[in-house]
Amino acid sequence: MGLESHLGDNILTTTLSTMLNWARKSSLWPMPFGLACCAIEMMAVVAPRYDLARFGAEVFRFSPRQSDLMIVAGTLTYKMASVAKKIYDQMPEPKWVIAMGACAISGGVFNTYSVVQGLDQVVPVDVYLPGCPPRPEALIHAIMEIQKKIEKESLKTGK
Amino acid sequence: MDNEAITAAIKNEFSEAILSTGVFRNELTCYLKKEDIAKVAAFLKENKELDFDYLSDLCGVDRIETDGYFEVVYHLYSITRNHRIRLKVLVPSNEPCVPTVTNIWKTANWHERETYDMFGIKFDGHPDLRKILTPEDFDGHPLRKGYPLDGRQPSTLKDVYRKD
Amino acid sequence: MVTDSSITAASPTTTHLMTINMGPQHPSTHGVLRLLLELDGEVIVKAEPHIGFLHRGVEKLAEYRTYHQCIPLTDRLDYVAPFSNNLAYAIAVEKLLGIEIPERAQHIRVILCELTRISSHLLWLATHALDIGAMSVFFYCFREREAISDIFEMVSGARMNLSYIRVGGVSRDLPGGFLEKTRTFVMEFPSRLNEYETLLTTNPIWKKRTVDVGIISAEDAVDYGLSGPSLRGSGVNWDIRKAEPYSGYDKYHFTVPLGKNGDVYDRYCVRIEEMRQSNSIVHQALNILPTGDFIAQMPGVALPPKEDVETKMEAMIHHFKLVLDGIRPPKGEVYASVEAPKGELGFYIVSDGSGRPYRLKIRPPSFVNLEALPKMVEGRLLPDVVATIGSLDIVLGEIDR
Repeated sequence: MGLESHLGDNILTTTLSTMLNWARKSSLWPMPFGLACCAIEMMAVVAPRYDLARFGAEVFRFSPRQSDLMIVAGTLTYKMASVAKKIYDQMPEPKWVIAMGACAISGGVFNTYSVVQGLDQVVPVDVYLPGCPPRPEALIHAIMEIQKKIEKESLKTGK
Repeated sequence: MDNEAITAAIKNEFSEAILSTGVFRNELTCYLKKEDIAKVAAFLKENKELDFDYLSDLCGVDRIETDGYFEVVYHLYSITRNHRIRLKVLVPSNEPCVPTVTNIWKTANWHERETYDMFGIKFDGHPDLRKILTPEDFDGHPLRKGYPLDGRQPSTLKDVYRKD
Repeated sequence: MVTDSSITAASPTTTHLMTINMGPQHPSTHGVLRLLLELDGEVIVKAEPHIGFLHRGVEKLAEYRTYHQCIPLTDRLDYVAPFSNNLAYAIAVEKLLGIEIPERAQHIRVILCELTRISSHLLWLATHALDIGAMSVFFYCFREREAISDIFEMVSGARMNLSYIRVGGVSRDLPGGFLEKTRTFVMEFPSRLNEYETLLTTNPIWKKRTVDVGIISAEDAVDYGLSGPSLRGSGVNWDIRKAEPYSGYDKYHFTVPLGKNGDVYDRYCVRIEEMRQSNSIVHQALNILPTGDFIAQMPGVALPPKEDVETKMEAMIHHFKLVLDGIRPPKGEVYASVEAPKGELGFYIVSDGSGRPYRLKIRPPSFVNLEALPKMVEGRLLPDVVATIGSLDIVLGEIDR
């Protein structure tokens, strides 16, 4: 219809933000910030059975400079909080954060003197993934939610 | 060696250092005077019959509210003879310090640092007594009964706390 | 023309030691471990581990929970081998109470404990090989680990952090299909293990990275309090399952592998052989598994069966009292330890007669093993640190508690 009917069968029209969002969501490079038990389930997601690579998230590099999704898996303590903030700051824009597990969301079982009661006291979180630990399928669901969020981002506002 | 033989061997050598002994669930516990812990520990390691070459655990117990003192508990094991013993030392709350055993078992180094961090008990002669588990700017000794469970110190987060 | 004196008259060169920081966020530190390394070129002069980045206050939290409520806390210590922690804690509380466990429960515990040991060693091999560079081993090991996670899920509902154990036995009987599934795994596992060995054991690159690296002598290992495969790699023959048998381990036939040189390669060989022996123990346990109770039928310890609670008065009263008050052990203290996959895992429980532990001290094997790391790496090169940390098999959850 409209312009496309004049262009022929092998040309599509789309918006720039659709293309950009499609590229960003299909090649998320996660940075695993594995702190505690949830890190083991995160490793299981990379493993052959649950295979996160099919979602484009194959490059699990531990360098913040080369990643765009920080998966904080485990309990954040006060001693580690400044490290988490530093690593988050080192990531280039655009970046997203998944708080994986009950401990990252709100401190979990550990309402004690040394545990930060929630990762969002230190960095802004995009997706909260409950579970103790969440199943690998749940982590895949969380990454798909991040992909849905990225799809809706607009170029003008960046949100 | 069974518990009676071990007790007899220690009492033979250090009759004045031992305050009391007891057996519960087939485990031998010996209460010692805190000044003598290093001597008794060295004897237990070097004596060929006892041969306690392995320090399993070293920890503190806070009995200030119930009995008025801290306890430092040593769990020893002999790999060659396969017997265990528990040594306990009572530490007053106003001046909690105990001689170190790091020159007898090197593994005591980190255990004593942890006991210092958690209870505030100092170990005389320790090569490097500083905090090990809590953050550098954490104030207080968390495992003392008087310290609250959720006694968080948000000032340690001051630089990174999100305000929005 | 430049003469020698003009060169020496220029500024003299000096050397400094370089201090670099490894961690706490690092792929090879197996968790949140920080190492401060002082290097002279690439040779390590001083290594200093800093821990406490995962200190969650479990020991203090346990003082505010009943004895049963502490079981899920113990899961989260050594989170790679959760069942061993549960078992060590349960054995300590049972020793405090002075009760006997039914035979069926003991055998069930042994089966799950040895499957946990295999699972933990598989994760060790996966991450250790990944650090040294053999990435494909990671994916193969997780294939087996998923099979074990399926068995755990069948038994307790959770893939890891089972909390299946109760004081006095286990929480429920084995489900139908468990024996077949476990037997299938046990039959297949030795051939899989042979696959991993063909990839690594005689591989010259693996040997160059691991032989004569991270050596610790037997005397030093005992002095530093090492335990488990890290100690047996140096040739010291001590396994708590043989020396102080618990949970019916004296009924099984298995050998304890020992190393010779105390290097990374020997610790690797010890763990591979331990996986074989664990497989054999599970096989034996499946064959001799008796029928009977899965939990000690004692009123103050275990919940009575549900059919009795609904029909008999005493059972209902016992259920009510146990849920309300919890277990009340006598006043006293015990120290009980088990052979966890990482070493001697001990629990020291002080009871004051109430329903909550007065003091729960956890003796973590990785905490003590890590103390020996500076001794093993000083004088070696920087890549050897990665190999040595991998061979010690540390888990920060139990180091920091």
